[in-house]
Amino acid sequence: MMTGYIHGEIETTAGLFPRIETRWNRSDYWGAIKTRWSVGRMKYRVAPGIYAVGDPDRNSRVFVTGNYKLSFDHLRRALTGMNGWILVIDTKGINVWCAAGKGTFSTKEIVRRIRIHHLEQVVDHRKIIVPQLGATGVAAHEVKKMTGFTVIYGPVLAEDIKAFIDAGLKATEAMRHVTFPLVERVKLIPVDIFYGKYYMVIVPLVFLILSGLYPGGYSVDLALISGGKSAINLFSGYFAGCVLTPALLPWIPFRRFSAKGVVTGWFVALLLLLAGTLGLTLTEKVSWFLMMGALSSFMAMNFTGSSTYTSLSGVQKEMKTALPAQIAMASLGFMGWIITKFVSI
Amino acid sequence: MNGLVYLTDVVTLVLDRSKCSGCRMCMEVCPHAVFGIEHKKAVILHKDFCMECGACAKNCKEGAITVKSGVGCAAGIINGILRGTEPTCDCGSTGNCC
Repeated sequence: MMTGYIHGEIETTAGLFPRIETRWNRSDYWGAIKTRWSVGRMKYRVAPGIYAVGDPDRNSRVFVTGNYKLSFDHLRRALTGMNGWILVIDTKGINVWCAAGKGTFSTKEIVRRIRIHHLEQVVDHRKIIVPQLGATGVAAHEVKKMTGFTVIYGPVLAEDIKAFIDAGLKATEAMRHVTFPLVERVKLIPVDIFYGKYYMVIVPLVFLILSGLYPGGYSVDLALISGGKSAINLFSGYFAGCVLTPALLPWIPFRRFSAKGVVTGWFVALLLLLAGTLGLTLTEKVSWFLMMGALSSFMAMNFTGSSTYTSLSGVQKEMKTALPAQIAMASLGFMGWIITKFVSI
Repeated sequence: MNGLVYLTDVVTLVLDRSKCSGCRMCMEVCPHAVFGIEHKKAVILHKDFCMECGACAKNCKEGAITVKSGVGCAAGIINGILRGTEPTCDCGSTGNCC
């Protein structure tokens, strides 16, 4: 485990606690980039426990966070220049909001950590500042009942903590609301790209192999030429769904993500059609529209999981029609494409 | 909100105003400004902004709010269908997670 952020210890009557750096070093920045690209993302953790920021004492504020290192890093950076305590609870390396939804950032775990680390011996007051997005998993009144600590919900973003404290632990409306601007959407794209994993190799390979079929038998040359084109079409459809759709989300018509995906998928197919590489015959072109639309639609629908405003009921409703439609489009398209291998229509 | 609204008339959020004490906790924890206060009691202002995260119900001492909360995530729902469980983004075993 990387511990470059710890520098020294602080001695209190309740024991020794590691003191941490608030500034990010090169490995913190590099780690943040890597996790965005899914590299070692599930192992990017901090040991649960109490950490000191600056030179805290018995009256200093206590901030709670999960043990996903990126969450911890954003919190400690936001506390630059302040004295305080950080209580890291065990969320299995998952960020606060997702962990709250899964039940690992929970009342139970906060209570457990307060007890294990004897927070009541570290500070005299009885207040903990919990990130607002943790509220999905935490019942403030239950934490109070079980430990005596009052939960104060801090702002959504760690970067607003200073303003929140300066205002006397009051969050403005804007600090309480989750938005989903372009920058945030783009940050989530890389993880989505890797959703397909090995299918991204296997599926194009199957198309490549099948591309060698022709009425007279099998041709390797044909497989390479026509199969290469198929791979380009497939990757373009995938790209439309998991890169174009998230990036352009608010500007694409329709509310359903699956419908937005069809729009971007067909847009990309249209570009390939104009470039003359989509297919040779009418049937092949239509088949690719169907397959690319389905693929892009499916990937776009998956982005509901990354988005910050879709409800379970809504996604269930959307999927009830979208999933059968995607399967139908993909199957029809695939059959049409196979047919063009044997009949020139 | 920033102009992004998902499907309308689907959300399961229900507020029983007769139980509300007006503590404003729901307003505080809601990430999408769903609640407001009228006559010292909470009121649902923008039901379609709700993403069913469940923070309000969880933090309502009086139990005045109910919502079928869960992950608004297609992959999570597919996960649930495949395993025969509730929608879950608990994909820890595959090493890929939100």
